[in-house]
Amino acid sequence: MKKLMFMVVLTGLFLLLVTSILKMPALGSLNNPSYNEVSHYYLENTIEDTSAPNVIAAVITDYRAFDTLGETTVLFTSIAAVISVLQISHKNHNKKKVEKHHG
Amino acid sequence: MDDLIVKTIIRLIVPFIQLYGIFIILHGHISPGGGFSGGAVLGASIILYTLSFGLKKASKKLPHKVSQVMESGGILWYMFVGLLGIIFGGSFLANKGAGFFMGEAGNLLSAGIIPLLTIGIGIKVASTMVTLFHTIIEED
Amino acid sequence: MVLLNVILVIFLIICAIAVERTKDLLGAVIIFAAYSLIMAVLWLLMKAPDIALTEAAIGAGATSILFIAVISRTRRMEK
Repeated sequence: MKKLMFMVVLTGLFLLLVTSILKMPALGSLNNPSYNEVSHYYLENTIEDTSAPNVIAAVITDYRAFDTLGETTVLFTSIAAVISVLQISHKNHNKKKVEKHHG
Repeated sequence: MDDLIVKTIIRLIVPFIQLYGIFIILHGHISPGGGFSGGAVLGASIILYTLSFGLKKASKKLPHKVSQVMESGGILWYMFVGLLGIIFGGSFLANKGAGFFMGEAGNLLSAGIIPLLTIGIGIKVASTMVTLFHTIIEED
Repeated sequence: MVLLNVILVIFLIICAIAVERTKDLLGAVIIFAAYSLIMAVLWLLMKAPDIALTEAAIGAGATSILFIAVISRTRRMEK
């Protein structure tokens, strides 16, 4: 009974997702909702503003450079967390200290 | 891993992989690619070296101290370039507004701060991948 | 070109299900690397070569190496 209910709900969800995918505009089509005035601006003025032919690099490191700074900070924080966790189990000196704190 | 074939092939192929990574980083503003992809390729080459030659030899080539300095240096370099924009009379991370050398589109020396920032990101990503791998496989 | 796209997406879905069903974790990691490689080709077909480069280097290279390093420190079979 429970299995049947699951199947019905999942089939409905599957049909809903498939129909919504079929309604999507084609890849690279002009009627795409994401192809708005922002991308128009980038494509037309990138050479003039930054003189870089690679529009993606211009967006990442010029128009939205502050975003990339945040991304780099995330990378730095993650590696700092990993090192501070793993070094404790690697160094004998630290291990003794941790055991003493617990015991 | 102590295999002659693997060691010989890795010794031959690693310089080419590193050259390709540096090419992707330096041409970030002209061709597809940039800091993240080039740094990932560079880091993968050093991970490949570590896998075939062992941690001892690899940490002689790239010591822990050096990769730590590279890691903090990448992000500090990024912030320093951003502050240069303020010094030259623009906003933080300003490119054209601060009057950097723009050059002609398509040349290697052009596009103001974009190549400088790409180099910083590349160093950061490469050293992060290498440090993560070396820390995980380190023996007690 | 559309046919190649459809074949690759079907293979991608099969890989994603196989990663979840496999009990051998080392095999699952290798299937996951194949998944990343197919994803890189798909990015290339969607005209995003820079994402394809990153996916091939990080997804197929670094992620599987990190997973294998973790498996070598723990156990291989799923309980």
